[in-house]
Amino acid sequence: MSTIRMRISPAGDVLDVKALIRHPMESGNREDKSTGEKIPADFIQKLMVSVNGENVMDGNLSEAVSKNPYLNIKVPGKKGDEVTIAWTSNTGESDEATQAA
Amino acid sequence: MQTKRRVFLKGSLAASAAGLAVGAGLLTPRAVLAAAADWPEAAFDSEGMETAMDELFGAHEAADSGDVSVKAPDIAENGAVVPVTVESGIADADKIAIFVSKNPTPLVASFDLSGANPFVSTRIRMGETDNVTGVVHAGGKLYKASKEVKVTIGGCGG
Repeated sequence: MSTIRMRISPAGDVLDVKALIRHPMESGNREDKSTGEKIPADFIQKLMVSVNGENVMDGNLSEAVSKNPYLNIKVPGKKGDEVTIAWTSNTGESDEATQAA
Repeated sequence: MQTKRRVFLKGSLAASAAGLAVGAGLLTPRAVLAAAADWPEAAFDSEGMETAMDELFGAHEAADSGDVSVKAPDIAENGAVVPVTVESGIADADKIAIFVSKNPTPLVASFDLSGANPFVSTRIRMGETDNVTGVVHAGGKLYKASKEVKVTIGGCGG
């Protein structure tokens, strides 16, 4: 199951995109209380947004973005256009989802 | 890219997409190499807001602007989840960044716009009561606006 959930509302020539990504966004500052060891950093760094394959926004995130990142953006497009959101993390993991408006 | 710190590799680790070996477990968080080549690591690592802006934009002089709006709650009970919206009415805005000056590394996120509207709403972590600053890059200049958020419980440590 994808880690990315999207809700897209077309309004004229703009698509209001609300995305929720399931990710721990570990800062690397937290300790595992049972072992006392630091939990290694694991957070999304790049967030790429495209409409019909055209890149419209590149996000650069840090560990100061909350767990399970929420993002609301407004991109050019109309009903039926396909919005793709892809992310990669500092650990090299990635995911991608595409949804029609 | 190289790190002068000693890097312990734990177990066998696959190379990341960028072809860089990434250690796990024993690395200090900042020693982990960026998986994405163009992630502005130096800006995110900067411990002062001016340095972070210099690294990200090549300048830190930003004019206070009524055309930049930062929306955030007056009081955030939980610093781990603070909703923030940065919006700009400035034409040709090509970059938006969110800073929290007292966080250990002030740059929270930056967004390169290549068609998307200058509007970003997300949720961020704040260590203590502080200003959230939205910076917009447009036409080679920087514009900013800030909003103070009182944080009851900080959201950076554990």
